[in-house]
Amino acid sequence: MIAVTSTALKIAKPCPLPLALCHVEAGFPSPADDYMEGSLDLNEHVIKHPSATYFVRASGDSMIGVGIFNGDLLIVDRSLEASSGKIIIAEVDGQLTVKRLLKLNDRFSLQSENSSYPPIELQEGNEVVVWGVVTHVIHDLL
Amino acid sequence: MRIFALVDCNNFYASCERVFDPSLKERAIVILSNNDGCIVARSNEAKSLGIPMGAPIFKQKAVIKKHNVAVFSSNYQLYGDMSKRVMDSLNLFTPDMEVYSIDEAFLRLDYLQPRNLHEYCEIIREKVLQWTGIPVSIGIGPTKVLAKIANHVAKKQTDGVFDIQCLQKQDEILKSLDVDKVWGIARSWSERLNSMSIYKASELRDASPPIIRKHLSVVGERILRELKGQSCIDLEAIQPKKNIMSSKSFGKPLTKKEPIEEALSNYAARACEKLRKQNSRAQAVHVFIQTNGFRETDRQYNNVITHTLTTPTSDTRIIIEAAKFCLSRIYKHGYRYKKTGIMLLDLIPISLEQKQLFVDFDHRPGDHLMKVVDHINKDHGPDTLFFGAQGVTRAWKMRCGSRSPRYTTQWDELLMVC
Repeated sequence: MIAVTSTALKIAKPCPLPLALCHVEAGFPSPADDYMEGSLDLNEHVIKHPSATYFVRASGDSMIGVGIFNGDLLIVDRSLEASSGKIIIAEVDGQLTVKRLLKLNDRFSLQSENSSYPPIELQEGNEVVVWGVVTHVIHDLL
Repeated sequence: MRIFALVDCNNFYASCERVFDPSLKERAIVILSNNDGCIVARSNEAKSLGIPMGAPIFKQKAVIKKHNVAVFSSNYQLYGDMSKRVMDSLNLFTPDMEVYSIDEAFLRLDYLQPRNLHEYCEIIREKVLQWTGIPVSIGIGPTKVLAKIANHVAKKQTDGVFDIQCLQKQDEILKSLDVDKVWGIARSWSERLNSMSIYKASELRDASPPIIRKHLSVVGERILRELKGQSCIDLEAIQPKKNIMSSKSFGKPLTKKEPIEEALSNYAARACEKLRKQNSRAQAVHVFIQTNGFRETDRQYNNVITHTLTTPTSDTRIIIEAAKFCLSRIYKHGYRYKKTGIMLLDLIPISLEQKQLFVDFDHRPGDHLMKVVDHINKDHGPDTLFFGAQGVTRAWKMRCGSRSPRYTTQWDELLMVC
């Protein structure tokens, strides 16, 4: 979590959490020193294309089936190609919405992950305007 | 032979707003200057409505209402971040690039030798659009001046790319282009050229280099040679700035010294941050104060003062002290002030600093403190930690009544999707 909350979308900035730490006391070096591997950076795990990655806030309950709850943070990568089955941010009537993209019999639809919302069927010839592909959800447990 | 591409973002500020609000897609958009005074950017739709660049917003109220034009205060946090994203994306295509302004970059493509230059630029354009949502136009040419001209033409092409290398096409374009539209030809220069019967870019190209040099210096000659296709101006590496300026107009006119001092201290703090970011120290500060020249009924007073620092510094505390001292020298009671600002002068990189003979100044405690301040403000947002002189209420602050959310730089202003 520290990696993501530490700074305002400074994606490229690493936020290292040391894998091992050795306090040299009285001159005995740690036997682990030779095995130090550097640090883990959560940004590295969730952000593959920094200049194309945006953080977006989810609102509402239409996607709870896939684990996206009201107020969750979505990591969106615009560089990825959208394909059937992916969770995407799409443009519908001038609004941005998060839905699952599905292709059935050559027709695209945008599915909610909550049975109380009907799918948005796209008319033939109408293309889905994809804003980006959602790669991760960050859900606060506290 | 060199090949340059000038990549220019189309109506950059308006495009940034559209990325995060698709309902603005075909709507006319205008963006206002700092303090919401004048129009500084327009979407194509706003341009075709005849809304002029730089127009005071109050004079355009009727058009704006009639055509439902979207009006935004400038959101430089958003534009700055989106600019960085565009530039970073371009950088993936070639390491040889020069960021020329917030929305323009020159690339050198000759090292890469793409098999089909036009196609390669189309791919760059597509990728930047997909990754960032910002449409760009690309002009290709053998020199920077020609690439810039090619970019004007690219803006009108459906695929947004134009290559001016074909000599016949080049000649046609230069023959119809007014000389004042050429990159680097300022107004006074174009007037002088007109007096020499040079009106079109092609006429400057065909003029005698020594004569142009005599009238417009070596810079003018270079432009002439660039028009001929001889590349004289290469990509420029970003150099640390020699001066740093921070100044803004107040939200409302100020008469008392204290709020002006507070505003000035804020600009000083901002300037010092920039100074430390480029690892330099300032050797002098320059402070100015202005009344509003447009208010003809107001009494007018403008003044400036420059103050040399005993030791070069990047310590905000010392600079704020110096700025306040300067202000106390030029401030006069009884005027309605519109603007103040500070410039840090004679900057030297810390690495080149000279030890002084008689003054033994220890920079370490100050440097350490400033590092902590910068670090906290970087991690927790600007102004988390600030100096008392900067004030708390800041009633003098600029107006930015219709700014869109800072979608990419503030956690509590992220784009919402349902």
